[in-house]
Amino acid sequence: MGFDFDVIQRSWGYLFREGMTFTVTLTLLAMTGGIVFGTLLAMMRLSAFKPLSILAGGYVNLMRSIPLVLVIFWFFFLVPYIGAWVTGADQPVKVGAWMSAVITFTMFEAAYYCEIMRAGIQSVARGQVWAGYALGLNYWQTMAQVVLPQAFRNMLPVLLTQTIILFQDTSLVYVISATDFLGAASKVANRDYRLVEMYTFVAVVYFIISYSLSLVVKRLQDRIAIIR
Amino acid sequence: VGYNWHWKVLFETEPGGTGSYLHYLIVGLGWTLVTALAAWVIALAIGALVGTLRTTPYPWVVRAGNLYVEIFRNIPLIVQMFLWFFVMPELLPQAWGDWIKQMPPPWSSFIPAVLCLAIFTSVRIAEQVRAGINSLPRGQRMAGTALGLTLGQAYRHVILPQAFRIILPPLTSESMNIVKNSSVALTIGLLELTGRARAMQEFSFRVFEAFAAATVIYLITNLVVVLAMRALERKVRVPGLIAAAGAPQAGH
Repeated sequence: MGFDFDVIQRSWGYLFREGMTFTVTLTLLAMTGGIVFGTLLAMMRLSAFKPLSILAGGYVNLMRSIPLVLVIFWFFFLVPYIGAWVTGADQPVKVGAWMSAVITFTMFEAAYYCEIMRAGIQSVARGQVWAGYALGLNYWQTMAQVVLPQAFRNMLPVLLTQTIILFQDTSLVYVISATDFLGAASKVANRDYRLVEMYTFVAVVYFIISYSLSLVVKRLQDRIAIIR
Repeated sequence: VGYNWHWKVLFETEPGGTGSYLHYLIVGLGWTLVTALAAWVIALAIGALVGTLRTTPYPWVVRAGNLYVEIFRNIPLIVQMFLWFFVMPELLPQAWGDWIKQMPPPWSSFIPAVLCLAIFTSVRIAEQVRAGINSLPRGQRMAGTALGLTLGQAYRHVILPQAFRIILPPLTSESMNIVKNSSVALTIGLLELTGRARAMQEFSFRVFEAFAAATVIYLITNLVVVLAMRALERKVRVPGLIAAAGAPQAGH
């Protein structure tokens, strides 16, 4: 059979301006939200107040035990109900694939960022916390000014590696028919019946981006290793 | 907003007429496990081989191993699924491609799914195996060769038996990952557990009952896998050999 790589050039704008923008924006939003929530979850998990640490631990373990595809389905159907509950509406609120994806990936990745941040917080010597308290800082001040900055720096390479995985995993929004990079490519592929060309191209693009990012992480890792 | 739970739906007959919805989901779990297990066996074999090759003193072998790992680590799983399902049959000689495409369901999606998961997971296992081997003291290899063992014998009798014990905990989480990752096969039409929960939701309109049932089944499966691997860890433990203190890892 003949291959027609021209299809890529024809759909370039749609693939990148629409699809890749969706993918990158989703990755950045979920990364930011995931790290913020994940850090809070990690602080809850390490809390001396048992109910709080059990609650956070339960959430993290639940998220890490079920497939991402199932989590995407859960939130896709659950978010309209949560929306109605929050706004007090008596009908489930209509939520598009975009909003649903942002919420899903933020909540899902928070569980993974939590475990990384937990290790990061634990990598900071206990004496530092005591020193903070001895100086008269309270819990939040100690966390914000002493522990978390060091935890972030120690964990930066792992946090970024997790973000590369997040970038790849956003392609699973395909299952709720969102138009991310893969979704856009798949729509073109099915319209023009050019599956081989489009999916090969998608694989190459994902590879180039993920591999470049992983090289950046590797260099960062080497530099941080010297500082320590 | 009230959601009217209707758990009895699990015991109603699914439209295909094969039995209750619960039975339908359990058959899905069967496909999940068969897919994961078949892929796991292949992944372990390839992963152990590639991981070991990457620690040998031959630069070209190491480079080839690195290339393999980088390729399959940097392409999303669902895209790899599509490559195996849509692209691979087109690139093979016509007769083979047609034979694959004409296989009756579920085999036409089962075989690409197993191959895809196997290769995807083998890369992660290769990383673990390499890390496990590198975590051994260099003296182990030197002592082996000093005793007159060939490189192959040193790997066979000294290095690998220790390395595999060290990486058992990370292998446990990989074996859970492969069960979870098999759900991506629903995108190429394999009706495994998540796919069947989705289908049940479409047939019965009982959204949360379907997903809650699937979630509970996944949780039980995870528990069984963890307990089984822990029993294995205890059984093969060598006194005094300390297992790798799991460094924080990125995952999904």
